[in-house]
Amino acid sequence: MSILINKNSRVIVQGITGKTGAFHTEMSQAYAFGKQCYVGGVTPKKGGTTFLDMPVFNTVSEAKAQTGANVSVIYVPPPYAAAAIDEAVEAGMEMVICITEGIPVRDMIRTRYKMQGKSTILIGPNCPGIITSDELKIGIMPGHIFKKGPIGVVSKSGTLTYEAAGQLNALGIGTSTVVGVGGDPVNGLKHIDVLKMFNEDPATEAVIMVGEIGGNDEENAAQWVKDNMKKPVIGFIAGVTAPPGKRMGHAGAIISGGKGTAQEKLAVMESCGIKVTRNPGEMGITLKSVLK
Amino acid sequence: MNIHEYQGKEILRKYGVTTPRGFPCFSVDEAVKAAENLGGKVWVVKAQIHAGGRGKGGGVKVAKSLDEVRKYATDILGMTLVTHQTGPEGRLVKRLLIEEGADIKKELYVGMVVDRATQRVCLMASSEGGMDIEEVAEHTPEKIFKVFIDPAKGLTDAEGEDVARKIGIPEVAVKDGCKFMQGLYKAFDETDASLAEINPLIVTGDDKIVALDAKFNFDSNGMYRQPAIMAYRDLDEEDPDEIAASKFDLTYIALDGDIACMVNGAGLAMATMDIIKLFGGAPANFLDVGGGATTEKVTEAFKIMLANQKVKCILVNIFGGIMRCDVIANGVVEAARQVALTVPLVVRLEGTNVDKGKEILAKSGLPIISADGMTDAAQKAVNAAKGK
Repeated sequence: MSILINKNSRVIVQGITGKTGAFHTEMSQAYAFGKQCYVGGVTPKKGGTTFLDMPVFNTVSEAKAQTGANVSVIYVPPPYAAAAIDEAVEAGMEMVICITEGIPVRDMIRTRYKMQGKSTILIGPNCPGIITSDELKIGIMPGHIFKKGPIGVVSKSGTLTYEAAGQLNALGIGTSTVVGVGGDPVNGLKHIDVLKMFNEDPATEAVIMVGEIGGNDEENAAQWVKDNMKKPVIGFIAGVTAPPGKRMGHAGAIISGGKGTAQEKLAVMESCGIKVTRNPGEMGITLKSVLK
Repeated sequence: MNIHEYQGKEILRKYGVTTPRGFPCFSVDEAVKAAENLGGKVWVVKAQIHAGGRGKGGGVKVAKSLDEVRKYATDILGMTLVTHQTGPEGRLVKRLLIEEGADIKKELYVGMVVDRATQRVCLMASSEGGMDIEEVAEHTPEKIFKVFIDPAKGLTDAEGEDVARKIGIPEVAVKDGCKFMQGLYKAFDETDASLAEINPLIVTGDDKIVALDAKFNFDSNGMYRQPAIMAYRDLDEEDPDEIAASKFDLTYIALDGDIACMVNGAGLAMATMDIIKLFGGAPANFLDVGGGATTEKVTEAFKIMLANQKVKCILVNIFGGIMRCDVIANGVVEAARQVALTVPLVVRLEGTNVDKGKEILAKSGLPIISADGMTDAAQKAVNAAKGK
C-alpha cells in the first residue's frame, strides 16, 4: 500500500515536449514501473505525434479518453500553468500534480475557486511531486534515494525532502510515499491532508513532516496530529534564521506581520506531541528514535 | 516587489480613488515649486522610501509656509531615515512627496492581503486608522472587520457598505467608502498585488473619503505581465547584491553573519543557514542556486558572496538530485580558480555521482575542506570561520 499514487496509476504529462517536461518524464519512466504507468502526453498542436514512446494529444480530455489516465502532471511554463490545471480539472482527472514554479497567486486564487465542489486533488504548484518507493515517481526528485520502507514524508521543499530521504536511506530505512506539497501560498493539498492519508495507510508506520516559514499549515497539521494521529510524527521547520519580510526563495516562505515564524511552528508542533529537531542533519536519526 | 507611496497613489487614482493632490520631488527646489503649484496654506513633506513608520522616524512633516516646505525638504532629502522597518542602518531618502494638507475628521484603516486559508483576497478594515494593524489585531481584534472576497463577484455593494458602516464611516459617505474599497480591490487584483494598505484612510471635514497613504507590495510571479508596475521599480531601494544575483537567476538575500553559503533549493538553503546558527556560527546570506547550477552561475554566486567583506568562510551545500555532483564539483573548482579564493571553502556534496564529485574536488589541488552530511559541514564551516 501507499498513498495517492502506486503502480496502478496511469499518468499523462502536460507540457511533455518542453525541455523540463521531456527530461523529467524520461527519468520517471526509468524509475520502477514508470514505463507502464506513464501512458501519454499533452501538448497543444502536437496531437497525433509520438514522444518518448508515448502518444501525444492536443487536450487533456482526449488524452484521458484514449489512455484511461487518472493522474496528470504539469510542466507547463508559469503564464499557462494555471490554465493547464483548469483543463485537467475540467477533464475530470482524479489527481493533478503541478510542478511549475512561478505561477501568479492571482491565477491560483481563480483556479482554486473553480475547483470548489470538484473531486480532483491538486498537489502543488511549485512542488517536487510525489514518489511511491519502488513503484512510481511523478516529479523531479532523484529516484535512487527512494527505497521501499515504512516512512511517509510530507514537505514543502524539494531538496529538504531529498535530504530527509537520503538520511533515512543511510540508516537503512525506506519510505512508503513521499509527497511534496510545494512552497506557494495558494496551493492544493496541505500537510494536514497528507497526514490524514498516512494515518490510514497500512504501509506507513511513522511520518517525517518538513515545513518552512510562512502561513500556518504546519500548526493546523500539528493540532490535527494531537487529536487524531495514531502513528509517530517527527518534524523539522526551515527558516529559524530567516529575516522577517523577505521572501526566502519560495513564494510562500515569508514571515509577514510577525506571523509564520519557525519558532512559533516548532513550539506548536512540540506542544502537540510531535518530536521536532532543530538540526536538519538529524531528521533521519530523530525518526529512528521514535520507531518501535 | 515594493513601490513608493506616490506611485501607489498614482495607481489608486487610476481606479477612481481620491488622494490628496501632490507631486514627487527629487530636489529641494522642486519641492518648493511643487508646493507653490499646489497652492493652499498647508503642505505635507513626506520622505519616499520603501519602509513604513516614516512619520515616527521624522520623515513626514507638516509645513505651514513655503519657507517651512524648504526647511523640511532640506532636512529630509538626503537624511538617513531609521524606522522599525528599515533596520538600524536606516535608508537614504532620495525622493520626496509634496502634498496638499488634508482636513482630517476621522482616521481609518483599510488593507488587503492574500489569505492562505480561504485562498481568497482578504479585505481588512478598522476604525483604528494611523495605528500599526498588527497591534490592533493583538490588543483589540474586535475592531478589525474582514471580508474574504469572492473572485468571481468581486467586492459586492452589500459587503462594502456593511464594512464602511462598521468602521465608522458616516452614513452620508458610506456609498463613497464602499466605492473606495471596490476601487482598491480592483487595483489590487488587476496589478497582481500581494498586499495593499491604506493607513490612514480619512474622512474629511466635508465627509469625503481620501487615501492619505498608500502601500503596495506585488507578487513577483505576476510581474512578467505588469510592465507599468515594473516601471515603478526603484533599484536604489534594493540591495545591490540581490540585484546582481537576480540577473543570473540566483536568489540571494544578504544577512549579518560571516559564513557565506551556497545551496541548491530554497528549503535546504534556509536549513543550511539554520544549522550554521545551531553550531554557533552566523550565516552571511541566503543563496539558492536552483536546480540547474552551471559553472557560470556558481562563479557568479562566488563573486557575490566574496564581495561581502565580512565573509570568513564559504559553505557549499549541494544535494545533487537531478543535478549531478561531478558537474557541481567542476563548477565549484572552476569558480574557485576564477575568483581567487581568499577564505576557507567547505563543500558538502550528496546525491548522484557523489564519489566522482569528491574526487574532482580532491584532485583540484585547491584547499577545499570536504564534509560528509549537514552536521559535519556546519561544524567545519563554523570552525573555519573562527580560524580553527
